[in-house]
Amino acid sequence: MTTDIVLNVVLLCFLVVTGLAIARLRNLFPVAMLTGLYSLLSASLFQLLDAVDVALTEAAVGAGVVTVLFLATFGLTRAREKPVPRSRTVIGLVVTSLTGAALFYASLDMPHFGAADTPVQTHPIRERYLQTMQEEVDIPNAVTAVLASYRGYDTLGEVTVIFTAGIGVLMLLGVSRRRNPEDRHDDHRGDS
Amino acid sequence: MHEHTVLRIITKLIVAPILIFALYIQFHGDYSPGGGFQAGVVFAAALILYTLIFGPDRARRAIPPGALRVTASLGVLIYAGTGVVAMLRGGHFLDYDALAHDAVHGQHMGLLIVEFGVGLTVVSVILSVFYAFAGRGRRKDRS
Repeated sequence: MTTDIVLNVVLLCFLVVTGLAIARLRNLFPVAMLTGLYSLLSASLFQLLDAVDVALTEAAVGAGVVTVLFLATFGLTRAREKPVPRSRTVIGLVVTSLTGAALFYASLDMPHFGAADTPVQTHPIRERYLQTMQEEVDIPNAVTAVLASYRGYDTLGEVTVIFTAGIGVLMLLGVSRRRNPEDRHDDHRGDS
Repeated sequence: MHEHTVLRIITKLIVAPILIFALYIQFHGDYSPGGGFQAGVVFAAALILYTLIFGPDRARRAIPPGALRVTASLGVLIYAGTGVVAMLRGGHFLDYDALAHDAVHGQHMGLLIVEFGVGLTVVSVILSVFYAFAGRGRRKDRS
């Protein structure tokens, strides 16, 4: 238990330091790297909370795929942040502080971590998902059973959202349609 | 990146184990943490690592972008199709009980098939997006 607390505190300190570094840096290449580090630290925190599914996704998407996509984007745009006038940074600081304070105030109403009398522990649906599920679906991983069976519609929606988002990106970047004619055009220009 | 021998060797060593691990997350998702989403992103991450080191051309030859568009749609189709099959067999949409003669068996089958559809779509979409970005950067360099 104490190691958990120590690890949590250390990881959260690293998160804060990484966040501050990201805010201070103007060159965006290290920012992309630090964003990946931030995701990796978040993944470790999720792992400490026993949310292994979320940790896996965060590590692969946040630390891996998104970092690479950021770097690929810098190949297309400038990799340096434009200087921002001081008045606007002050406004940003005020808005961030207010949002942070509101979230902190809201978190005071949340039940303590691991408390036994929360709706998560006492609601009847818990018994349904964790006990009746063993007779109805009979697999050890309750997350998979809830995700794909009890909430099958929901997950179908999620997959459709991912699919639609992918189509949207492909349409915007237009790789499939424009590649052949434009390549030929480029080659032609290179020759002349 | 042809000159980076260390990166090339390490990549060759770890890409295959990552792919196997992704398949394990995919098909062992009923028993251990993981499932289609997680397996999809891990699989795609391994392929992206391969593309980064060995170049988009070799990656495109291994997995053509056109095939990815087909598999992305196929994943959603497998998921929704499982629901329709359940309906045809007399159950409700996505009611896996109807897939086999006994309900628990049907649930097992349904979960496995549906998660496979999820994984297929996630891999295809992430790789397509990555190809789209990588392709544009390359074209700009050339012109």
